[in-house]
Amino acid sequence: MIDLAFQTLGIVTVASPVLLLFVLGFSALVGFKLNEGVVARVTQCSVLVSLVPALSILVLMLAVGTRYVPIELGNWVTIPEQEFHFHLKFVFDRLSVPFLILSCILCGVVSVFTRRYLHREEGYLRFFLFYALFFAGMVISSLAATIETLFVGWEMVGLSSALLVAYFHEREKPVRNGQRVWSIYRLSDAAFLIAAITMHHLTGEGDFGGLMSSGVWPEGTAAVTSAQALLVGTLLLIAAAGKSGLFPFSGWLPRAMEGPTPSSAIFYGALSVHLGAYLLLRVSPLLEASLVLQVLVVSLGIVSACLGGIMSRVQSDIKGSLACASVTQVGIIVIEIGLGFEYLALIHIVGHACLRTLQLLRAPSLLRDYDSVENAVGPGLRQDNGSLFGLCPVGIQEWCYRCGFDRGFMDLALDEWIVRPFQALFGGFDRLERRVSNWLSSEPCRDVDGSEKRPDSIGRAA
Amino acid sequence: MSELHLPWLELSILVPLVGAACVARVRQIETSLRIAVAFCAITLELACGEFVDFLTLGTFEAHDHFLFNVLFPSEVFVVDELSAILLPLGALIHLVVVMSTLKTKAPRFSLTWSLISESLLLAMFSCRASWTLVVLLVVSVIPPFLEIQNRKRCTRIYVLHMSLFAGLLLTGWILLNAAPDDSPLALLPGALLSAAALLRAGIVPLHLWLTDLYEKAAFGTSILFCTPLVGAYAMMRLVLPIAPEWALQSIAILSIVTALYAAGMALVQIEARRKFCYLCLCQSSLVLAGLELVTPIGLTGALCVWLSVGLSLTGFGITLRCIEARIGKVSLADYHGLYRQMPTLAGFFLLTGLASIGFPATVGFVGMELLIEGAVDVYPLIGTMVVLAAAMNGIVVLLAYFRIFTGCQQPTNIPMHARPAERVAVLLLTLLLLGGGLYPHPGVALRYHAARELTLQRDRRNLSIPHTSNHPSIEDHDLPTLEHH
Repeated sequence: MIDLAFQTLGIVTVASPVLLLFVLGFSALVGFKLNEGVVARVTQCSVLVSLVPALSILVLMLAVGTRYVPIELGNWVTIPEQEFHFHLKFVFDRLSVPFLILSCILCGVVSVFTRRYLHREEGYLRFFLFYALFFAGMVISSLAATIETLFVGWEMVGLSSALLVAYFHEREKPVRNGQRVWSIYRLSDAAFLIAAITMHHLTGEGDFGGLMSSGVWPEGTAAVTSAQALLVGTLLLIAAAGKSGLFPFSGWLPRAMEGPTPSSAIFYGALSVHLGAYLLLRVSPLLEASLVLQVLVVSLGIVSACLGGIMSRVQSDIKGSLACASVTQVGIIVIEIGLGFEYLALIHIVGHACLRTLQLLRAPSLLRDYDSVENAVGPGLRQDNGSLFGLCPVGIQEWCYRCGFDRGFMDLALDEWIVRPFQALFGGFDRLERRVSNWLSSEPCRDVDGSEKRPDSIGRAA
Repeated sequence: MSELHLPWLELSILVPLVGAACVARVRQIETSLRIAVAFCAITLELACGEFVDFLTLGTFEAHDHFLFNVLFPSEVFVVDELSAILLPLGALIHLVVVMSTLKTKAPRFSLTWSLISESLLLAMFSCRASWTLVVLLVVSVIPPFLEIQNRKRCTRIYVLHMSLFAGLLLTGWILLNAAPDDSPLALLPGALLSAAALLRAGIVPLHLWLTDLYEKAAFGTSILFCTPLVGAYAMMRLVLPIAPEWALQSIAILSIVTALYAAGMALVQIEARRKFCYLCLCQSSLVLAGLELVTPIGLTGALCVWLSVGLSLTGFGITLRCIEARIGKVSLADYHGLYRQMPTLAGFFLLTGLASIGFPATVGFVGMELLIEGAVDVYPLIGTMVVLAAAMNGIVVLLAYFRIFTGCQQPTNIPMHARPAERVAVLLLTLLLLGGGLYPHPGVALRYHAARELTLQRDRRNLSIPHTSNHPSIEDHDLPTLEHH
């Protein structure tokens, strides 16, 4: 009886956001225009229908005393002879339940906020469609019990993030930033996919339970050797760094603030930015299997936190500053994970996500808030100039300023060491092809020959 | 061998020919367009009928010789698990391309030749390794040539490559039939046939004809010529049964290198057509790589991706074609900001583009996973290149989307909405892409069965004739049929 209740509630939790995505997606596809009120109500209902069963499951888990509730939906695809299966399995445990409830609450808050914030905006429906994609991705990622299922949610979150950064698509800058976010996501997704396949090869399955041979989160121990853990863990670390804007990918996070405030709040301040940390938490037994991997994780966290701190101090806009501050906090969360403080990291994620959502949602009315405070206090607010940086030599202060201003030189380094050589190499191949084709043909091989415009040149892109 | 209940194959080959004859007689563009759509729709129905009939038979292969029995005493038209689904795919690709052709563009896109191409394509997919297939492969390169010539464009690159293709194919096939098994040149026919198939698939560095075709022929013609992946089919029929494993796996490496190269090239292109061309080349190379891995998983992945590439790239291509029909050739050097003018096409463009890279919940997702798994299984390091190529394709798709639909405000208020026919064409493909993605198991199971049977047949042939890996006269029907169900 209790199992049936768990099963039903679990399925409802997952099905609700998927249904929302289907409704909004299908209506957009066939050109059926839903009005704003309907969209908002349907969205809020969907969030509620996910949240209530999630809370019910939590209550039931506490009442029954179980800390692990698997929801088996069977194999999406299976080839038994080849031992290939794409297992649709979700799990409610001490990690996924808090993250799921956090996701539902914050998504609910943001949907209510957005209803008024984007009222009569041309892209209102588009926003909610991407929001639905994100919400479904978050729920799937949070509850995923297999690495393949997590990958599905992960990709959905990535796509919706990139499209929402480019939400104001009549302007070029948001679109460029959206493209940049997507490019980094794709490369980190590649690392994720390779990790998933490597894991398949090592353990014969993608189930996290298979990887962590005993115990439920966080008590499991990895069922792989130290070297294997280092390989898979490093790949997952790259994926997490891309998704959470850790070093050397932190540059995209301030860029992502080009999107509308609600999406900035929910994606880059609260949920999406923690997804990388969530992944590391999910595979925390794997991290414990390799000391080198742990050192890598902690080092990445330290570098990211320091750079985030430097960057946030020189940002000229509030959303950019909050984004960099998020990098700092996520860096600290990663350090906690690396040191093995899983519960602390989880609590930190929840607290940070809530605070950052509040800050970002208040960001548009920041001046008004300052005004109110100043009116209440009387004299103007005192500027806080006292920081450790003030004690440093001027040369270091100037370098830190440049470093923060250039987003830790990360974007420049990526452009210089990856994008530019890539463009040079394939640009060279392109010119070679053109030359050979022109030599073979009696006419110029391209109709637009002579047009060598490259708007994606590094100078403009950065 | 089992026999189909109705002459589906012959009818689906004949109907487009009759359609071509009818269209050629009609002067009015609108009427000819309607006739062409009607004939394509009938052909699709017949091809679907063939597929359903084949499924009900439950055999690995089946034939029909109702009509051509007199002309061709031997079994010319035979479908098996590989080709049974390719016939509806080919017919569907032709239907949606013809359906989405605008009246204003009809004079530049020959409906007659497209119907003839459809007939040739379906005939090819109904053939196994035989002289008929070789001749059809050679003949099928003629319609694009005539079109380029009619447009008064230089045909040299195309002619050079296709002559080489025809030469290699014919020489290879002749040698295969003539060379003794123990001759020192026993591997030569296989090598020539492989080279021909690779050339047709556009393997690097023999791919220049592809970019040339996209540049000089009508976009619709290029889509019809490339998206059914005839090169891969030639490889499956002519090379896979006879080539040794090391040779196939070398071809797989070559294909993966081509995929990576094409993905990189797609990223630096500033013309939408060329970007599409390289995207198509990359995806077809990935299919080819999977086919040559000769493992059931890799082969299943490749067969699944074949279908998804056929559907999604056709959808992506015709959406791009619809846009081109409205604003001319699309340069990606600038932002066009067309979202407001064509929101539905923007949605379809994004969806079909994402489907082409195997995004979750689209038909290519599981296929791509299988393909990557197969590639990593055989070549752990090189296999990861497949993942990189797929990642780069994802960047290409969104880059094209952003460049075409966003980035600025179009000053014009002229509506550029999709016409009902265009909308139906792309919607049909989209539903298939999403339907196959959300419920992939039957499709994958079917493809796996085909992959297993093909691998078994190959293994059995190699066992029975250990020294004749390139024996000419081996035909599938010489082997005991593997029944299932």
